[in-house]
Amino acid sequence: MNLTLKIWRQKNASDKGKMVDYKVTDISEHMSFLEMMDVLNEQIINKGEEPVAFDHDCREGICGMCSMYINGEAHGPDRGVTTCQLHMRMFKDGDTITIEPFRAAAFPVIKDLVVDRTSFERIQQAGGYISVNTSGNTQDANSIPIPKKDADDAMDAATCIGCGACVATCKNSSAMLFVGAKVSQYALLPQGQVEATDRVLNMVAQMDAEGFGNCTNTGACEVECPKGISLENIARMNREYLSASLKG
Amino acid sequence: MGGILNSSIARKFAMALSAFFLMFFLLQHFVINVTSIFPNNGKTFNELSHFMGTNPLIQYVMQPILIFGVVFHFVMGFILELKNNSARKIKYAKNNGGANSTWMSRNMVWSGLAILAFIVLHFIDFWFPEINTKFIQGDWSGMHDGQLRYFHELQEKFVSPARVAAYVVAFVFLALHLLHGFNSAFQSVGANNKYTKGLKTFGKLYAILIPLGFVVIALFHHFNH
Repeated sequence: MNLTLKIWRQKNASDKGKMVDYKVTDISEHMSFLEMMDVLNEQIINKGEEPVAFDHDCREGICGMCSMYINGEAHGPDRGVTTCQLHMRMFKDGDTITIEPFRAAAFPVIKDLVVDRTSFERIQQAGGYISVNTSGNTQDANSIPIPKKDADDAMDAATCIGCGACVATCKNSSAMLFVGAKVSQYALLPQGQVEATDRVLNMVAQMDAEGFGNCTNTGACEVECPKGISLENIARMNREYLSASLKG
Repeated sequence: MGGILNSSIARKFAMALSAFFLMFFLLQHFVINVTSIFPNNGKTFNELSHFMGTNPLIQYVMQPILIFGVVFHFVMGFILELKNNSARKIKYAKNNGGANSTWMSRNMVWSGLAILAFIVLHFIDFWFPEINTKFIQGDWSGMHDGQLRYFHELQEKFVSPARVAAYVVAFVFLALHLLHGFNSAFQSVGANNKYTKGLKTFGKLYAILIPLGFVVIALFHHFNH
């Protein structure tokens, strides 16, 4: 198939940036979206121009590196997939596809479609962990019984890959689905209880300090999340936060 | 809005609490208004209105709380809208919001503004004259021409087709606001799990039936005057 691509080009963080039109030809419907971008870049390089910079790593939907806002949706029009899992069969020959970086004040553009998502790392560092002594006398985790439902919900929350699609999609650029998932995966398990109060207070404080917006419960994040993280995680974080605030 | 409202979740919680209060007030207002279409020529409506209009607890405690709740909900809503806009300085060239969220959820500020405009009209129609009669003229009798005046005042207001049309449009916006707002308030206070599915259905019914009921009452008085 032959396509017209409207792609955001920006030389560096301080460049103003603009949308640039490209024609790309001979794209197979079996290609992933990133493979299509590879073909485009080969064509651009053959012309002696600067290829389009975009994030990617594992290309199997696990690492959370690929991003891109494709035709007005984070990771494109398919559901439950990252951009690397998005296939060109989702598009038709002759389509015009608009490709932009994830937009948020807390995700500044580094170059073209590459954004800086280290704000997520700083939120994780504020409390997304548990402290376990490694003296050799550590209790085996399997010796602590956990209800199946809690284990399942914690695992579901832990599948968040931190790609930032929730922020990119949210009309408010809110990071609450990400932080809700990270808080929930520990809040549901006994191992997470020791630091539960500080965790939620510190992670939310860091989220606010990074300049993410306020959640207004549109639910767009849940729909666009490639891992299907549920809004229930935001509700759980809200409960944890209110409970932690009352405890001081 | 400093101090306790510095946190994004605290702001959500405060918005939800004011929303709960306003939704409860709306229900109470609706229950009283429904009595105006009872076939007793406004007797029940007059008695309830007189009670609400002269009871010290309602007038001096609940009414100031209500006004604070309304003002807080609007001011906080606009502050959040401005803050949220600044969280994305460069907008998308193409954004397909309809693919993942409802129009109502994305446009709460616009439905809220329409409701604010309606409240101004409603205050001019009913609240300011009421304050004038009671607090400026000092007439707490509720009487006019030897009978309680509330039902007659209500009928008078719904003679004008333009006013009835404005009220109907406002209630459509109220329904749109509530269709997102009802369940959003519960989500904000942390009530979202498999047990709240029934609540979501109830929220949708509340959002449609209460504004629809107000519309029916307005049309009833317009066509029965």
